[in-house]
Amino acid sequence: MTKVIKILGTGCPKCQSMTGVVKDVVSENNIDASIEKVEDIMEIIKFNVMTTPALVIDNVITIKGRVPSKDEVLALLN
Amino acid sequence: MFDWAQNIADWLVYDVLNFNKGQHVAEALNFFIYDTTKILILLFLVIFFMGIVNSYFPIDKVKNYLSRNKLYGLEYLMASLFGVVTPFCSCSSVPLFIGFVRGGIPLGVTFAFLITSPLVNEVAIGLFVGLFGLKTTIIYVISGVLLGTISGIILQKLQLERYLTPWVKEVLANAQREQDIFQAEKQTFKQRFRIIWAELVKILKGIIPYVLVGIAIGGLMHGYIPEGFFEKYMDKDNLFAVPVATVLAVPMYTNASGILPVVQVLVSKGIPLGTAIAFMMGVVGLSLPEAMLLKKVMTLKLIGIFFGVVTLCIIISGYIFNIIF
Repeated sequence: MTKVIKILGTGCPKCQSMTGVVKDVVSENNIDASIEKVEDIMEIIKFNVMTTPALVIDNVITIKGRVPSKDEVLALLN
Repeated sequence: MFDWAQNIADWLVYDVLNFNKGQHVAEALNFFIYDTTKILILLFLVIFFMGIVNSYFPIDKVKNYLSRNKLYGLEYLMASLFGVVTPFCSCSSVPLFIGFVRGGIPLGVTFAFLITSPLVNEVAIGLFVGLFGLKTTIIYVISGVLLGTISGIILQKLQLERYLTPWVKEVLANAQREQDIFQAEKQTFKQRFRIIWAELVKILKGIIPYVLVGIAIGGLMHGYIPEGFFEKYMDKDNLFAVPVATVLAVPMYTNASGILPVVQVLVSKGIPLGTAIAFMMGVVGLSLPEAMLLKKVMTLKLIGIFFGVVTLCIIISGYIFNIIF
């Protein structure tokens, strides 16, 4: 089943590096997933997060406010 | 505590590189090596400690605490204190603001948090201890916390809710002292440690260039500017010095890491500490990029009032510092 990954962030450097990490993990491991970057503040607020960047996998907030390592993201996706 | 760092610096400069004592280059280099070693160690310790605190007491818990408890006026002080231990990236200021409003936390309390958080942060504290010593650091931290608290109380009194942007007013109307079910990340200390460590390395990597450049500039000035050089321009009796320094500082957006080593040298060359600290607070506490972000939730008028009140409080604390020291 395709995983739906959303990255919430208004475009700060941290958000960009999170996007980079997630994209790398998905392509390096051939994971079936769609990645969407959510930059609209109204959309971000709907998720009730207070610190960005936040990583949302299948509508569950998994990480907020920090950039995860590749291993961490891989573990969350498996 | 850092005698050994001084010994290493002396050994490198006078023995290994064979400079003579009293040479400008030698003094500047010695200062650079000693300061860099000392400051990096202090930064490491403070960031690590704050990382641990923050791991066990994240922002969601702060919000729930402020939202749930009736604190009878102490909520401003609490919010301000939480600001110290919660790292804050200005790019998170909007979601954070909304989160607080939604949780039914009064606007003034939210402001208290927003003011103190960038003003007294782990990097500023680490640098402050290294450059000015423990006593001045404690005074800086206390004034930062009080500044947030008092500004928050003033801003609350001004009843600024009407100057929020329309959609935020709507959020405010639906606010409730809700109890978010906070899924505390159940982690072992080992897992937490890995995350704290990774963050620590990232923060240090990010600021080291600024610190090095700042200390290098400071070192040069230290070696070449005569003692008491600034006293004739900016002594304590010059009443305009504090406001001018503060107002100049607000549009500047450098992180504390670059500016503090320079400020320290300015102080050692005769600029009054209060004037220097007001300048520092203006640079670190208020910034134009943050104002731009806040435009999404506040009208320009509200941003203006917010910045105005904080600037005023900074100027007052600058004067108080100059009287104390």
